[in-house]
Amino acid sequence: MIEVNRKGEVWIFAEQEDGKLSDVPLELMSKGQELACTLGVPLAAVLLGRNVAPLASKLIAHGADKVYLVEDDRLGHYQARGYCHLICRLIEQYKPQVCLYGATPIGRDLAPTVASAMKCGLTADCTDLQIGGHGDPVTKVEHKNLLFQIRPAFGGNIIATIVNPSRWPQMATVREGVMHMPAADASRKGEIIRVKADLDGVTLPLTIEESHRREKKVNLKAARIIVAGGAGVGSRENFRPLWDLANALGGAVGGSRAAVDLGFIDHDHQVGQTGTTVRPALYIAVGISGAVQHRAGMQEAAKILAINNDPDAPIFSIAHFGIVGDLNVVVPKIIKAVRGGVKIESLAEKCK
Amino acid sequence: MGYNCVVCVKQVPDTKKITGEAMKEDGTVNRAALPAVFNPEDLNALEAAMAVRDQYGGTVTVVTMGLPAACAVLRESLFRGADRAVLITDRRAAASDTLATSYILSCAVKKLGADLVFCGRQAIDGDTAQVGPQLAEKLGYHLVTYMEEFLGCRERTIRLKRNVGNGWEVVSCPMPALVTVMESANTPRPQAAKRLMKYKKALSKAEVQAKAEHILEGDFENYTAELKAAEVEKHCAKLAGRGLLVEQWNLDELGADLAWCGMSGSPTKVHRIQSVVLTGGEYKEFPPNDEGIARLIGELIEEHTIG
Repeated sequence: MIEVNRKGEVWIFAEQEDGKLSDVPLELMSKGQELACTLGVPLAAVLLGRNVAPLASKLIAHGADKVYLVEDDRLGHYQARGYCHLICRLIEQYKPQVCLYGATPIGRDLAPTVASAMKCGLTADCTDLQIGGHGDPVTKVEHKNLLFQIRPAFGGNIIATIVNPSRWPQMATVREGVMHMPAADASRKGEIIRVKADLDGVTLPLTIEESHRREKKVNLKAARIIVAGGAGVGSRENFRPLWDLANALGGAVGGSRAAVDLGFIDHDHQVGQTGTTVRPALYIAVGISGAVQHRAGMQEAAKILAINNDPDAPIFSIAHFGIVGDLNVVVPKIIKAVRGGVKIESLAEKCK
Repeated sequence: MGYNCVVCVKQVPDTKKITGEAMKEDGTVNRAALPAVFNPEDLNALEAAMAVRDQYGGTVTVVTMGLPAACAVLRESLFRGADRAVLITDRRAAASDTLATSYILSCAVKKLGADLVFCGRQAIDGDTAQVGPQLAEKLGYHLVTYMEEFLGCRERTIRLKRNVGNGWEVVSCPMPALVTVMESANTPRPQAAKRLMKYKKALSKAEVQAKAEHILEGDFENYTAELKAAEVEKHCAKLAGRGLLVEQWNLDELGADLAWCGMSGSPTKVHRIQSVVLTGGEYKEFPPNDEGIARLIGELIEEHTIG
């Protein structure tokens, strides 16, 4: 751990794979800027990898004031031990006050390893971050300007705000898709600080024998309108009108975990705690009861339309618009109304 | 040959059956108010370890940290086929966050000695997935997260398939290693009837103490403290003789540094807990007929949500 350092920077781990930045660090930039601005410190990205220097300018364009760049051939494929070693050395040298990671498979492997090595705190899967004061109930000490690490717990039944008052840096992983990605501004200026990768004596234990990556078939995060179905849709065949509606609206199709588990739709389409977190302009929930795990992945939608034959379904409690009725009757009527009322071309144009 | 495997398991509140009394006023979890279950992915970790033992020889030791009641998951592990079970229970370990928990578990694994440690990917109460990686770091073991399939051991190397979110990879890793296991990795074997008959009587010392009135013979209320303790010891010795005493360690027996345990060993503090309350009834309802839907679409177009 490091001592409390009020002048420390806010850091974002710039996760990349094969020279391509993940979405999360870019999503974290606007929140990172907000935190750094409140604290009056710079926002920095920490970029490790093989031949990743070209990514530094992208991080600056999205909001980083500084990029710590560590390049080495041995960093080509992520391994906890090498990455952890280098990040700990950087933390000891520059003493940041906040370190944020995406809650991705890599982030959830790396961040706890770093936290254990630094003996500092870590909160997993945050959905929001704020700066605020915390009074210790035992010692009565008032801690100012701490990182509020806000996350759902207990299967989404409670929202917990966690702080780390004294053993810094304050570290958190942040769920994918919950923060809004800022637009790039190519004119932004930033500083790139090259740091030598000192991996002497560090063994990298894993041998990667095979590696398979696949592109997701659908990018729900980018969809402006999502038509999502749940167990109530009843069958894969019954999902067809949902696809038609999504097409008519220029949107994408999503599904609840129940619908995915029942085989109505593929896992790539899953919205919720164990799927994708989305924040579209319009979310149409069809035959979805609205379990907490599902709501966690879509309640940030600007507008929610719920269609369900059960008026007591929890989904209605977060909906802006609701239709209580048989989805097999309602959805075709909506398709007809959309197709009849507005020209599809103009819809598609505006939904881009 | 053969490998010594340690499996870390956790008794968790069943988060699907949550009630209003789930949280205490100080923001910590009121575990007493919730039905307790074997953390699902820890069952997959146990199965993975037992499969290694069954194929290559060795032992499977299950460790849990918790209240004496957590012994239930150890008994269940014995029903399913674990060779040995250890309960870590100590009031001074209460309020441990993931860092303190992984430190305490690391003391236990060091004491046991292990070629391989298996943990469930994450527990359903916190969903943090932090203890596995932190335990690996504390032990200096190699870490492999998100195991989807165990492919085998060769001498001191394991091979496995792991999930990396947008795909998968096959990796090999030298021992000692810690592996976190996903639900999709295997199907946990059921409890064996014979083992259940035998081990359902297994108890830890803490449970013997708690249940002394029911277990011990005679006029227990009139026992002095010394007599009670002696009776508890006697009963434990009897259980041990039949192989039914679940080992129990406290922090002193683990040689743990108390500064790194419990509240003092936990950098993270709970600032606030809010219940998720659904307000309800505030949405605008449209009737499921042509006219209602036309109004709805009209409104969505007017506010530029669509069209």
